[in-house]
Amino acid sequence: MIICITADGPDSGAQVQPRFGRAAYFVFADTEKGTFEAVKNPVADAQGGVGPRAVQTVIDHGATALVTGQVGGNAASAIQASGIRACAFKGQGTVSAALSAFLAGELPSLL
Amino acid sequence: MKIVVASGKGGTGKTMVAANLGYVLSRDRKVTLVDCDVEEPNLHLFFPAETVDEAVTAENPVFDPALCTQCGACGKFCRYGAITVLRDRVLFFAELCHSCGGCRIVCPEGAVTETGRAIGKVGTSHPLPGLTLVSGFLNEGEVQAPCVVRAARAAAGDYPLVILDAAPGVACAVMETITGCDLCILVTESTPSGLHDLALAVEAVRMLSLPAGVVINRSDGRDEAATAFCREHDLPVLMTIPFGREIAAIQNRGGLVARDLPGFTEKFAALYTDAVRLCGVKE
Repeated sequence: MIICITADGPDSGAQVQPRFGRAAYFVFADTEKGTFEAVKNPVADAQGGVGPRAVQTVIDHGATALVTGQVGGNAASAIQASGIRACAFKGQGTVSAALSAFLAGELPSLL
Repeated sequence: MKIVVASGKGGTGKTMVAANLGYVLSRDRKVTLVDCDVEEPNLHLFFPAETVDEAVTAENPVFDPALCTQCGACGKFCRYGAITVLRDRVLFFAELCHSCGGCRIVCPEGAVTETGRAIGKVGTSHPLPGLTLVSGFLNEGEVQAPCVVRAARAAAGDYPLVILDAAPGVACAVMETITGCDLCILVTESTPSGLHDLALAVEAVRMLSLPAGVVINRSDGRDEAATAFCREHDLPVLMTIPFGREIAAIQNRGGLVARDLPGFTEKFAALYTDAVRLCGVKE
């Protein structure tokens, strides 16, 4: 299973970024391989229409789950249509901590 | 001749100037007023009349699921985020689409066609014997203001004298309004924000090589900052409208100062002749 976590930095020790479409990085955690792959968000500073394009990046990297703080309306529609499970990580913490919380089933559904 | 009334800053009195100019000129010639502030058109409030509406449509893509292979080319091309390519289908966000047609062009399967979708309307009325009013209305939540501006300008056609009321700012819809005009009347107020935004508007009209002059509105008699700016930028001051309760009261009830306040008929008639003369435009 591949889980996408929105982050301020490109590794598992980075802080989770609560804003989905504007996050600097998407960190993809592969639970089978035990690896982390960081992808720079190409639309972090774009003018508009950021949500659906950010969802596209998540889909293209094969994620079936997403951990972030909050998503906008268009992003929510795209996530729902894609079948990706979105979970809410509130407060501060690292990508590793968010992943552990997600795998332990502690994160509530976002949508 | 096409005269555009613009400002940079919102709320400086563009519509007031356009409405009164249109009213005064319509007494002895045919004038068409075009409300190009399509996100917040209000010129019609000064000229109540029966209106004929025509829908404005924008081209939107339609994806044929039988031909689409979810290759993602369209989604990658769309810089507006209007297309998300899922594993089994394409998701389209109509209100983010700018009708560029790029998705149709880049699709290697020919799976994209286009269809019109209503995004606003253009209303035409004849409130006074010499006056035609064309107003553009963009539907709430839509982004394609330039498309409605284009439709309103097209509906106004090539009347000998057209006065266009632009939206505030210098974004796409304003550039669409200004382009192709012969003369620009910039309305400002002598405040720091009024002059800051006027500078942006001046840059825009200069980029399009449009002759321009300035109307100073809501003047308290101390307009040194505005007049200095105009001198520096080689812009003639065409008219100064005083700050006054009486003017505000007429405006607030949808009245026209050129009709309801003594002396203002002549002032607005002079604005036209001065604008044409000082900006060196042939009538």
